[in-house]
Amino acid sequence: MSVQVLSGQLLLGLINGAFYALLSLGLAVIFGVLGIINFAHGAFYMVGAFAAWGLATYLDVGYWPALVLVPLAMGLLGMGVERLMLKRLAGLDPLYGLLATFGLALVLEGTFRQVYGSSGQPYPVPEALQGGVNLGFMFLPLYRGWVVAASIVVCLATWLAIERTALGARLRAVTERPDVAQALGLNVPLLVTVTFGVAVALAAFAGVMAAPVYQANPLMGSNLIIVVFAVVVIGGMGSLSGAILSGYGLGLAEGMTKVFYPPAANIVVFVIMAVVLMVRPAGLFGRAS
Amino acid sequence: MPEAVLSVNGLDGHYGDSHVLHGVNFSIRAGEVVTLVGRNGAGKTSTLRAIMGLLPRRSGSIALRGRQLIGLPPHRIARAGIGYVPDDRGIFASLSVAENLALPPRAQAGALSDGEIDALFPRLKERRASPGTKLSGGEQQMLAIARALRTGARLLLLDEPTEGLAPVIVQQIGAILRDLKSRGYTVLLVEQNVHFAASVADRHIVMENGRVVDSLDNAELAADPGRLDRFLGV
Ligand SMILES: Nc1ncnc2c1ncn2[C@@H]1O[C@H](COP(=O)(O)OP(=O)(O)O)[C@@H](O)[C@H]1O
Ligand SMILES: [Mg+2]
Repeated sequence: MSVQVLSGQLLLGLINGAFYALLSLGLAVIFGVLGIINFAHGAFYMVGAFAAWGLATYLDVGYWPALVLVPLAMGLLGMGVERLMLKRLAGLDPLYGLLATFGLALVLEGTFRQVYGSSGQPYPVPEALQGGVNLGFMFLPLYRGWVVAASIVVCLATWLAIERTALGARLRAVTERPDVAQALGLNVPLLVTVTFGVAVALAAFAGVMAAPVYQANPLMGSNLIIVVFAVVVIGGMGSLSGAILSGYGLGLAEGMTKVFYPPAANIVVFVIMAVVLMVRPAGLFGRAS
Repeated sequence: MPEAVLSVNGLDGHYGDSHVLHGVNFSIRAGEVVTLVGRNGAGKTSTLRAIMGLLPRRSGSIALRGRQLIGLPPHRIARAGIGYVPDDRGIFASLSVAENLALPPRAQAGALSDGEIDALFPRLKERRASPGTKLSGGEQQMLAIARALRTGARLLLLDEPTEGLAPVIVQQIGAILRDLKSRGYTVLLVEQNVHFAASVADRHIVMENGRVVDSLDNAELAADPGRLDRFLGV
């Protein structure tokens, strides 16, 4: 096998991993702070991609402004969803949150499928990132390099913000003991709303970045979210670094499988999940509670 | 007579279907240190939780310097000037000692400075970087009290601060409470240990079955040391 094939698949794996990491990080944060499994996360990612496409198609707004505007708008939408819908489910069995977000995902997906069908809407690679560079052992399309780099930077910045700042300490406190945190004066309902909004913004950011790679497709979210759930389980439900690292790791594992045994590429993540659940039920980076 | 800092009137509290507080009445004046005593299950913790807005359902009246707290969410109650130390101390394991300490927003002017806190709790200073739960029980208790002080609250609610601690640590906490009293803090503390209670508090409020059943000051307690036993004995 040639180095080109190997590194090509590794790059593809890393691209997928970049999206896995962004989405699983958001899911892990939401699970920690709201205690719900957000089934709509993939749908938010899909809406992010469509929003970028819509901005370009109807308003002639390009990729770079979209990369800022779409996460902002989707973050606000996410806060609305939390205030109007999820807040009412607080304190109930987490199953209600899962069902509500599952319903929301179906509604969003169904709406986009109704309007745009199941085929993707093409979205161009921004001009500045067209073409690629020859690295000697492989050809690196610039846009793909950008996706990987931007994802790593955003994941790292989010992780640092949560683990190393005063605001992050508040978030960790709310994750651990919301009642005590609130009795110490933290505005917990506001923190919860903002957290959900930021996690949705992350998903939308991933969606905008995905549009030039995968097109804007109504089904892109549900295709991705199942794998992302597996990523979160493998990383360990409560662990942010686990969500990020297993996102990239599993993307790479998928890429490797495509090289060495292509038929298993689509199931390798789930096989790993099954093995991890048997050997370390709390996940690779999770703390057993 | 100094004004009442905290007045609780006809306070009822529920956990779901179970009605645990039945018209609790008491009030605390500025600068007083008052204990809440009573058997396990008498409703002491629930009373503090009701004041902080942490009980699922409560009714009646809780006034902080005349301001009604019923209906406010817990963070607004805390910011109105109450420092709370829960019975399990509420130390966050995922936060360092320094982060635990810095967590509450400063709601009131005139909070103790970091230097004053360090002087009052020298053991915490050495452990700033350790995770909150790597501390001993006594250190965790000190951290919880220091954290409550950092808000600037002048009224402290402490739920069994001496429970499970070695006698020498209990003495240190007693000294801290007397120091706070001399600085003019108002303290309501739940306490099972009558000797400790008498050594730090001015007055004792006795609860039984979700009601206040007696109230006495230290002179009355000294005159009739058996008066509490009836409510505390087995
Ligand atoms: N979370 C809860 N759910 C239901 N009942 C509770 C809960 N916490 C306490 N209780 C009940 O409320 C009553 C008062 O308890 P508590 O306030 O903890 O008493 P104390 O602090 O004086 O020991 C007890 O009968 C106890 O069983
Ligand atoms: Mg108690």
